[in-house]
Amino acid sequence: MKIYLKIWRQKNKDTKGQLEDHTLDNVSAEMSFLEMLDMLNLKLAKSGERPVEFDHDCREGICGQCGVMINGIAHGPLKNTTTCQLHMRSFKDGDTIYIEPFKAKAFPVIRDLKVDRTGFDDIIAAGGYVSVNTGQAPEANSIPVTHNEAEAAFDSAACIGCGACVATCKNASAALFTSAKISQFTHLPQGKKESAKRTVDMVNRMEELDFGHCTNTEACQIECPQDISVLNIAKMNFEYNKAKLKK
Amino acid sequence: MALTGLFLCFFLIIHLLGNLQLLLPKEEAQLQYNLYSHFLSGNILIKIVSYVLYASILLHTIDAIYLSTKAKKASGETYVKDKRNRASKWYSRQMMLLGTIVFAFLVIHFKDFWYPYKFGSIETDINGNKDLYSLVVVSFQELWYVILYAVAILALGFHLLHGFFSAFRSVGLYHPYYTKIVKTIGIGFAVLMTFGYLIIPFYIFLKL
Amino acid sequence: MTKEIHANIPEGDLKDKWSNYKAKAKLVNPNNRKKLEVIVVGTGLAGASAAASLAEMGYKVKSFCFQDSPRRAHSVAAQGGVNAMKNYKNDGDSVFRMFYDTLKGGDFRSREANTYRLAECSASLIDQAVAQGVPFGREYSGYLRNRSFGGVQVSRTFYARGQTGQQLLLGSYQALMRQKETGQVKLYARHEMLDLVTIDGKAKGIIARNLDTGEIERHGAHAVILATGGFGKIYYLSTLAMGCNASAIWRAHKKGALMANPSWTQIHPTSLPQSGEYQSKLTLMSESLRNDGRIWVPQDKNETRKPKDIPEEERDYYLERKYPAFGNLAPRDIASRSAKEQIDAGKGIGALKNAVYLDFSHAIKEYGQDVIEERYGNLFTMYEKITGINAYKEPMKISPSAHFSMGGLWVDYDLMTTTPGLFAIGEANFSDHGANRLGANSLLQACVDGYYIAPYTLQNYLADEIQVAKTDVNHPAFDEAEKQVKSQLEKFVNLKGNKTAEEFHRELGKILYDKCGLSRSEDGLKKAITDIQNLREEFHENLLVPGDVEDINSELEKAGRVSDYFELAELMCIDALRREESCGAHFREEFQTEEGEAMRNDAEYSYSAAWEWSGQASEPILNKEPLKFEYVKPTQRNYK
Repeated sequence: MKIYLKIWRQKNKDTKGQLEDHTLDNVSAEMSFLEMLDMLNLKLAKSGERPVEFDHDCREGICGQCGVMINGIAHGPLKNTTTCQLHMRSFKDGDTIYIEPFKAKAFPVIRDLKVDRTGFDDIIAAGGYVSVNTGQAPEANSIPVTHNEAEAAFDSAACIGCGACVATCKNASAALFTSAKISQFTHLPQGKKESAKRTVDMVNRMEELDFGHCTNTEACQIECPQDISVLNIAKMNFEYNKAKLKK
Repeated sequence: MALTGLFLCFFLIIHLLGNLQLLLPKEEAQLQYNLYSHFLSGNILIKIVSYVLYASILLHTIDAIYLSTKAKKASGETYVKDKRNRASKWYSRQMMLLGTIVFAFLVIHFKDFWYPYKFGSIETDINGNKDLYSLVVVSFQELWYVILYAVAILALGFHLLHGFFSAFRSVGLYHPYYTKIVKTIGIGFAVLMTFGYLIIPFYIFLKL
Repeated sequence: MTKEIHANIPEGDLKDKWSNYKAKAKLVNPNNRKKLEVIVVGTGLAGASAAASLAEMGYKVKSFCFQDSPRRAHSVAAQGGVNAMKNYKNDGDSVFRMFYDTLKGGDFRSREANTYRLAECSASLIDQAVAQGVPFGREYSGYLRNRSFGGVQVSRTFYARGQTGQQLLLGSYQALMRQKETGQVKLYARHEMLDLVTIDGKAKGIIARNLDTGEIERHGAHAVILATGGFGKIYYLSTLAMGCNASAIWRAHKKGALMANPSWTQIHPTSLPQSGEYQSKLTLMSESLRNDGRIWVPQDKNETRKPKDIPEEERDYYLERKYPAFGNLAPRDIASRSAKEQIDAGKGIGALKNAVYLDFSHAIKEYGQDVIEERYGNLFTMYEKITGINAYKEPMKISPSAHFSMGGLWVDYDLMTTTPGLFAIGEANFSDHGANRLGANSLLQACVDGYYIAPYTLQNYLADEIQVAKTDVNHPAFDEAEKQVKSQLEKFVNLKGNKTAEEFHRELGKILYDKCGLSRSEDGLKKAITDIQNLREEFHENLLVPGDVEDINSELEKAGRVSDYFELAELMCIDALRREESCGAHFREEFQTEEGEAMRNDAEYSYSAAWEWSGQASEPILNKEPLKFEYVKPTQRNYK
């Protein structure tokens, strides 16, 4: 099929970007979206132009490195799907596809479709862990966790850190990302002791980092590849308020 | 945001209950409504509550301005093609706009009723209470005023539709079952308030 | 000239070796640790866990990864689980049994002492991961759940749904970020190591390229740990991430470290088949599917009916037929090779006739769809996303795909390479899996190396470095290394040919997959070597790299990686050619039993081939590390 692309080109974070038109013939429906971009890049390279820089790595939906706005939607039209898992069968012959990077002040563009998501690492660094050194761990089965709690913890822990939530949010809030990690630990006995500190530190870090504030539009969950629940955000709020009240 | 919002929700109920007296037969309504208004302005407890109310409105507004400035700053550049709206309700994204309409209305509302009642010279009824009733009824004779009022109330309705449940989330209600209940109550509340407040001007405009 | 290589295996009985080592290993006083710098390249399970553990001990750590965040390293993609000897199932497991299973799974081509240590340390890993908050599957009682996994008869695999690797990695990533916050770790994401710097024969630092700016940086340290994973991506189509590469270990190899058993690559039996020319990767479907799925092909190679219309008696459940004891759970190399046999015999299914069926209809009939959904729901969803096919309704199509490198940098018992101060851990080394890796042992090895072994053995090395001053990055060795790196990058950009690195890689991958993949032959390998040499020559004349050196440039990154692949590919073929036996994943057509099974030659090939760089890719020098089996007797593997 024939695909018309309007693709974002930007040299670096300090320059202005704009859309550039490209046309691809013979796109196969079985191709993944990123393979379509590979095809474009090969074409660009051969004609002496700079290929489009875009982020990707595992190409199986788990590393969280890929992620662009496709026709104005984070990771494209399919629900619970990363950009790399999207296939061209989701498009029709003659379609025009707009491809833009995730845009948020906290995610500056590095080049073209690549953005800097270091903010997420910083939020985790602020407290997204159980403070246990190698060697300190007690026997695994001495910390029983009920089946349901373990499953609930997993649901939150499944976040891949792609940033679609921030890109989708009208406030560019990182609440879903931050809360998923906080919430994971609230389901587990491990790290309970530092729960209040963790919550306050992570929330504060999120505030410091140019992310916006959550106003519960719930768009993040809809566009999240892992379907992380917005109730995690409520849980985070609960933990945060509790920590503040106890102080 | 959530706390002031919830307090304002509470006020809306009280205010509506009071105003529903306007729906009584004319003679009865006039006296009772004016008495009620007099009672509200005299009671020290109510006075405290009213200051909390003013403070809530102000804080809610300031907070809203702060949050939307922050959101604007955080969002960075806009998307050329933006279909993000498929993932959320329009009114949840337009809380600022809806709130601004409500706020603008409040200014008019205060100017038309609250200011004259408090500081202006106003006729009294046979009981010697200020005749707010007549002021209200006269205002609602004007079609444009009724329409203005209706637009504001609709904006308020949608504002509540999102605001009510959102406030509970922000406070930290995370239980899947109870959040569902609160969401349903929120819808009921928004609908009830909208209709409740809308009935009054239309009742007065059409019936008299 | 061949090198003397010593595995430095501690004395004592097999089960006491690691204890003896730890009892005698040299230590570094806590006050001295902060004076010692360690570079850790790679932030997968091995790298992140080592970096975090060393930082916790008080060392100054610099951690590098080419991804945009340490959390994205490819350990994240491991699905099935992690093995550990806890014997929670009371089903007869023991450290010795786990050791034996691993050794046997690797077809008796790994070092006894290392493999035993892997089993010995496995239990602590589960403790550590649980303490970090890794949400492993649980029984309703609250205790940890286990399942059985390819090729063993006990249930010793712990798992977190189908995302065990992700959860374990997040555990160690979080530990790493915790240390970053304290300042004990300095993080260099989007940095790629382009050379190892050695001073007086010791590893003293690296040259790295900032991938965002193209800037070349020098980083010095007292020791360097490579935890850069495997190089299965050399086959182009593989289950690995696009960025996985051999460059770090290969460049270390060219600086003197030996490379062991490079041709031993595990081809995973259950990945999705290639569906077209443009394809960039093959997605793995967890091996756990083989617990309930039955593998078959139609008996008639001209079969055109839909799978569900083919009656039972016209299907060939070839694994069940050939290996009644293990059936569909036969080890990976056997399952992969059997699939290839069927495909080569023309019985493959699908448009390209390159796959076999993995059928769940029996399991769905027996347990109900909801049970299957609970067990594999996410995999079925993933399958549908990629192929558009609902696997509850019709069988999956699967095919073998390059997956894991058992080979890697040669290391001794300390996980130190032949270059003093250079350690290799996780998949980057060759140590524990022999000629074939058991399912759910890779996460284990990465974690055990990083959490429990490197911190001890590195300290043993660093104890002698306390008096050594901080490495001076202005030393001529750094100048020289940087100069070489820069000139290579400039050469790539200035070639201005007309074939991209990607295109070369695709061709190289095809040569390797066909001739040095599931089965190898003398003729094929010789042909492959010539083909690789020719293609490599073309690569160095006709490469097209758009863009500049001093800028973000993905094409340039790829060029460097492919350039290294070309040299490594030849070494793989040479290694496969010189090993005139079949063992594990290495199947030489000339060396098989009458029934078509791998035939080992213990008399002549019971060694690890540790290759030395001679300065010429085509003339590597073979060093042999003989494998002595004192505690087990190598037997012919029999999974019938």
